[in-house]
Amino acid sequence: MSADAAAWEALRLSLWVSVWATLLAVPLALWVAWILARRDFRGKALLSAVVHLPLVLPPIVTGYLLLIAFGRTAPLGRALESIGITLAFHWSGAVLAAVVMGFPLMVRAMRLAIEAVNPKLEEAAATLGAPRWSVFGRVTLPLIAPGILAGAVMGFAKAMGEFGATITFVANIPGQTQTLPSAIWSALQIPGAEERAVGMVLMACAVAMSAVLASEALARRVAARITGA
Amino acid sequence: MSLDVDITHGFGDFTLRVAFEATSGITAIFGRSGAGKTTVINAVAGLLKPDAGRIVVDGTTLFDATTFLPPAARRLGYVFQEARLFPHLSVRDNLEFGARYAPADAVGPEFGDVTELLGLNGLLDRHPAKLSGGEMQRVALGRALLSKPRMLLMDEPLASLDGPRKQDILPYLERLRDGPLGLPILYVSHSVEEVARLADTLVLLKDGAVARAGPTMQVMADPAAVPLLGVRDAGAVIEAEVVAHAADGLTCLKISAGVLHLPGVQAEIGTKVRLRVLAQDVMVSTKHPEGLSAQNILPATIEAIQKGGGPGAAVSLRAGQDLLLARITARAVTELDLKVGKPCFAILKATSVAPISIGR
Repeated sequence: MSADAAAWEALRLSLWVSVWATLLAVPLALWVAWILARRDFRGKALLSAVVHLPLVLPPIVTGYLLLIAFGRTAPLGRALESIGITLAFHWSGAVLAAVVMGFPLMVRAMRLAIEAVNPKLEEAAATLGAPRWSVFGRVTLPLIAPGILAGAVMGFAKAMGEFGATITFVANIPGQTQTLPSAIWSALQIPGAEERAVGMVLMACAVAMSAVLASEALARRVAARITGA
Repeated sequence: MSLDVDITHGFGDFTLRVAFEATSGITAIFGRSGAGKTTVINAVAGLLKPDAGRIVVDGTTLFDATTFLPPAARRLGYVFQEARLFPHLSVRDNLEFGARYAPADAVGPEFGDVTELLGLNGLLDRHPAKLSGGEMQRVALGRALLSKPRMLLMDEPLASLDGPRKQDILPYLERLRDGPLGLPILYVSHSVEEVARLADTLVLLKDGAVARAGPTMQVMADPAAVPLLGVRDAGAVIEAEVVAHAADGLTCLKISAGVLHLPGVQAEIGTKVRLRVLAQDVMVSTKHPEGLSAQNILPATIEAIQKGGGPGAAVSLRAGQDLLLARITARAVTELDLKVGKPCFAILKATSVAPISIGR
C-alpha cells in the first residue's frame, strides 16, 4: 500500500472531523427526534422538512448555503469569528458540514426508536414516583439506546464520506480541510496517481467496515440487555 | 384511610359523572366495558385530568379546581392490566425501581417481605420476557407495593390471564387484603366473580355514572343490581364458618340463618369463607318443602321484589342476618302471592354454591 503522509493526514483529519461531528450532533439530533416523535405543535411539518432537506438537496447546494450563512463576510460567520470561531475554510467548518449532512439520518433513526417506546411504560414509572428526568434516564433512554447508537454510527459514517458540501464550504486544503474523500478526489484528478487513490479507498473501506461491525456488536449487546436474552 | 372521588369528564358525546367514597379494604369498581371504569382509576392515578371535580386521599387533595398533583407525587401504586414491567430490567431491578422513589419515612413492606409474600424469590434474576403472565402480574404487584403507596390501584389485573393463572394470583390479593399490610385497594373489574370474592365495597358503574354503591354483600343482594351485574352472574355473597367435614365429602358451614351442607370446601374447620350463591340457583317456597332432593333449606322473609322487563323477577330474601337473592319468574311471584315481609323458604342446591374465598 502506498499511502503517503498526506493520505494518513487526510485520514486523521476525517476521523477527527467525524468524531466531533458525531459528538455534537447526537444530543441535538436526539432532542429534535424527541420533539418530532412526542410533541405536537404548529410548524412541526416545517421542522421535519428543514431537518430532512440536506438528504435531498445536492450536497454542493448545502455547502454553498453554509458558505453564504457562515462565510467570513456573512453576518453569522462574522459574529462567530468575533468570539473566536472560524468555520469557513477551517476544519471546524468541515465538522459543521458533516453535522448538517448527517443530521437527517441521525434524527430518523432516533425518532423511530422513540416512537417504538411504549409510553405506558413511562406512565408506570411515573406512578412509582419517578420524577420526569428519572423516567427518561432509567426507562426511555435505555430503551432507545440501540436507536441512538444506530443514528450515531450512521452520522459518523456519513461524516467520513461527506464530500460535496465539505469541499464547497471549506475547500480542499491539504493538512487543514482535506478530508479523506477530498484527498481521493484530488488524487484522481492527477494522471498516474490512481495508486495513491487506491490506498485511500482501502482506508475508507476499512473505517466504514469497522464502524458497521462495531455498531452491530454493540447493538447486539444492548439488545441482549434489553430483552434479557 | 379514605378516598373521596367526585369527578366530571367528557369525551365527545360521552360524559362521565362519578362520585363515591372508599375506605379501608378493597373497593371494587364494576361495570361493562365503556362504563368509565378505567377513566375513573386513571383520574385517581393522575394519568388523566378530569374536566372538573375533586379527588382527595386521606385529606391530601390530589385534584380539584386549582390542584393537579402529577402521578409521581401521588404515592398511589398502580397495577395495570398488562403488567408494564420494564423490559430492560431484571425482576430484581424492576422491584427495586419501585422501592427507589419511596419516601424514606414511608411505612410499607420491605424487599424481602414482598418477594416472600408474592413468591418471587425464584424469579429475581429473570427478565420480564422470560416470565409467564401470572408471574409478570405478581412482579408488577410487588413493584407497586415496594413504592410504599398510600393505596393500591388495580385496573383489571387478572383480565389478561387465563383461569389457572387467575387462581395463582387471587390468593395473593386476599393475603394483601387480610394481611398485616392492610393496604386499601381500588380494584377495577368487569368480572362479577372477582368482585364477589375480593371486594368489601362495591361501586357499580353504568354509562359513566354510579348506579349502585355500598358494602359488597348488600349490593350483590340488591334486586335492582341484577341487570347491572347480568342475570347469570347476579347472586348474593354471604359469610360462613366451616364447622365440620363429613365422611361423605360434604362440609357443614354455619351461617346466621342455620347450617348449609356443601361439597368441595377445602378450608380448615373454624375458618370463615365467603359463599357466592347465584340468584338463578335459589328457589323460593312458601311452605317448608317435603321430599325434595335439595338439602339446604333456609327460613327467610322477603326483603324486596324487582320485576324486570321480561318474564323474570329478582327477589331478595333475608335469612338470619344475611341477604340472599333469588331469580324466579314474575308469574311465580304472582301465583305464590309473594310480598315484602312475607315469610318463606329459600332452597339452595348443594352443588350450586361456590365457596369463593378463604379468609376474613
